[in-house]
Amino acid sequence: MDPVTTFSLDVSGLAFAYPDGHQALFGVDFTVARGERVALLGPNGAGKTTLVLHLNGILTGGAGTVTVAGLPVGKRHMAEIRRRVGIVFQDPDDQLFMPTVREDVAFGPAAAGMKGAELEQRVRTALELVGMADFADRPPHHLSFGQRRRVAVATVLAMEPEILVLDEPSSNLDPASRRELADILRSLDVTVLMVTHDLPYALELCPRALILSDGVIAADGKTGELLADEALMRAHRLELPFGFDPRSVTMGA
Amino acid sequence: MGAGHAHRLYRHGHSPVHALPPHTKLAAVFAFVVVVVSTPREAMWAFGLYAVLLGLVAYAARVPAAFLLRRLLIEIPFVAFAVLMPFVAEGEQVTVLGVQLSLNGLWGAWNVLAKGTLGVAASVLLAATTELRELLLGLQRLRLPPLLVQIASFMIRYGDVITDEMRRMRIARESRGFEARGVRHWGVLAKSAGALFIRSYERGERVHLAMVSRGYAGSMPVIDEVTASRAQWSYALALPSAALVVCLLGWTL
Amino acid sequence: MHVPDGFIDAPISAATAVVAAGAIAVSLRGARRELDERTAPLAGLVAAFIFAVQMLNFPVAAGTSGHLLGGALAAILVGPYTGVLCVSVVLLMQGILFADGGLTALGVNITDMAITTTVVAYAVFRGLVKVLPRTRRSVTAASFTAALLSVPAAALVFTLLYSLGGTTDVSLSKVATAMIGVHVLIGIGEAAITALTVGAVIAVRPDLVYGARGLEQRLKLRVNGELVDAAPQLAPVHTSHRKVWLTGLAASLLLAGFVSFYASSNPDGLEKVAADHGIDRKAKEHASADSPLADYGVRDVEDTRLSGGLAGVIGVGVTVVAGTGVFWAVRKRRNTSQVA
Repeated sequence: MDPVTTFSLDVSGLAFAYPDGHQALFGVDFTVARGERVALLGPNGAGKTTLVLHLNGILTGGAGTVTVAGLPVGKRHMAEIRRRVGIVFQDPDDQLFMPTVREDVAFGPAAAGMKGAELEQRVRTALELVGMADFADRPPHHLSFGQRRRVAVATVLAMEPEILVLDEPSSNLDPASRRELADILRSLDVTVLMVTHDLPYALELCPRALILSDGVIAADGKTGELLADEALMRAHRLELPFGFDPRSVTMGA
Repeated sequence: MGAGHAHRLYRHGHSPVHALPPHTKLAAVFAFVVVVVSTPREAMWAFGLYAVLLGLVAYAARVPAAFLLRRLLIEIPFVAFAVLMPFVAEGEQVTVLGVQLSLNGLWGAWNVLAKGTLGVAASVLLAATTELRELLLGLQRLRLPPLLVQIASFMIRYGDVITDEMRRMRIARESRGFEARGVRHWGVLAKSAGALFIRSYERGERVHLAMVSRGYAGSMPVIDEVTASRAQWSYALALPSAALVVCLLGWTL
Repeated sequence: MHVPDGFIDAPISAATAVVAAGAIAVSLRGARRELDERTAPLAGLVAAFIFAVQMLNFPVAAGTSGHLLGGALAAILVGPYTGVLCVSVVLLMQGILFADGGLTALGVNITDMAITTTVVAYAVFRGLVKVLPRTRRSVTAASFTAALLSVPAAALVFTLLYSLGGTTDVSLSKVATAMIGVHVLIGIGEAAITALTVGAVIAVRPDLVYGARGLEQRLKLRVNGELVDAAPQLAPVHTSHRKVWLTGLAASLLLAGFVSFYASSNPDGLEKVAADHGIDRKAKEHASADSPLADYGVRDVEDTRLSGGLAGVIGVGVTVVAGTGVFWAVRKRRNTSQVA
């Protein structure tokens, strides 16, 4: 059987260096099956964000391949790849570039040619999914950070992607916003790759986890088991918050 | 941060002037300034009438005189220039209070001051009654090249973000005891400027990534468009039409 | 120096508006060719950067301070096309939002501050980078010179516009001396800041300095312990422009020689060119109403206010402006022939 059809995402042998000579990825291999929620863990500077940028062909030019739902990432299928891989970037200010929330969420579908009532409907649905429908006509920079991040998720959901990639979704969020975002993510029915160093959040949302360290995948397994392996965690500069015991948590997912 | 949607010159209100479609206002202000500039400088009374016309608009827009006058301060560098003119210009000289002044220079100073002030006042009224978003839509409607409107729109969207970054960098410098006192410190400031450029450019790249991630391929989808009725056009063009009458009188009388 | 309404008369304002519109149209196409669909966000963010950096105060001494104008910096960092667009958008927004610079004077302001500074700075910069050894220090030196010349060049263009359409009869030599004298000083500050800023960028992200492309080295990647060549990030934008550059430089040198020869019978080359080109035209200006550039009468340089150095600087600026025209024409032809 053709393996690519069962995977939302297949990364193999991926290596990359930045123009200043700093090499971030040294041969990354992993797959994500359709419908899975996977956490990609790693300390600062492990190459997580670099990896994310390869998933929809934003960074290319190193070595190795990325395949999304059977389509190799490359110039030929770029438009389709980018519709299928929805990336929520770390800084919502980068993602919300239009003057109002409504226009921002509409941007993706409108760029794909959708308009009129259908577009309005798509925008409303996406905003309702993240509970931001009342803010449609506000400019993004008048929203709180947590609200901006939720709108950023909506802008991607409006594209109806195959896989949702979140780069540090919990960063800079206060506990309440964090909780709200977790509820939203759990309610969605898509493949999720969550890139984070927020370990409790990963445990809460993702049954499976990968550890990216020094530009390679160092471990791949059940999130609870990885977090419980103290030697592994210490070897890759991953630390649980004080007083947090992964064995005591019952998985809600 | 947060000045955002309403820029510094904008005064929120619900006057008939605020309600006019932005492109009619832009066209009206531009036509008005063209008329003013084409008026012969000897027709002093004409400039008085122009000022009255602008006063009427300000009254209709409920923009207080103090606000308008304060905004005129932007002109000061050129006022200084104009004040010098009578002393340096050539031609027939007159003696006022024992000082030799050039008649031509006096006319020149008057010309620049009158026309410059009216121009600034008209622009200030436009900016005071039109939101940024509207101005951009107006420029788009007036067939400014779409790419230029997009550049302007990104500049507006991220102007605050970048100014804010610059402010944070200054605070970071100052909290480490650095204070720029002279040319010796230019190196440090220039390093900040260089870092700011890199951050801005990289943010531009990230914004672009966020855009292509949502299917952008070079042209912005048009989500909103402004329209104006015939009545609104005639209402807006009342100002330059009245000015044109004054101007023609100025040439003939 | 934002020109307000009424400072330059209507015909010249209209003419400069046409020039500005043309240059922006060319820049839009040029920027699209270089940045393709990245143009809008990148140029927008760079415009926001220019806007912000103009607010960054560089203290000079005793409470006075200067700030960057940014044309040269934009040209070197993002290239002449994008540079023109960014500075033009900044000027447009300053005019509409802050009433800084008249709406009818927009053409004058763009021609002067967006087009002249970026084009002159970029031409000088590229010329020097091509000629000097390929090191970072050369890039810094070239940035310094480019920015230094760009500011008085803008002042010179302003003086020219003023001589054509000024609404007050101030003697041109006074305008020229005041404008160019002040702007040479401003230019020194601009040059120092620009060079330092370009130096700071090139130390961290040499790939972002448009004007210094071609100085980077090919990357090596380490994959599972083996060194592998990285595929090129983009198709190489610059193939070989060296020949074109040499042609351009030769053309401007030739032109410089020709103009000095034509303009003067004594061998004082550059100083004379500067003097004849518009700095020292006052006496004739009042007499002849036709094109001031037609006025190449041989005169002695009596005006000692212009020091030799100043005249030299201006002369090179004029030459560069003229040379750039020729150079662009050459390059354009070459590009079209490559396409065809």
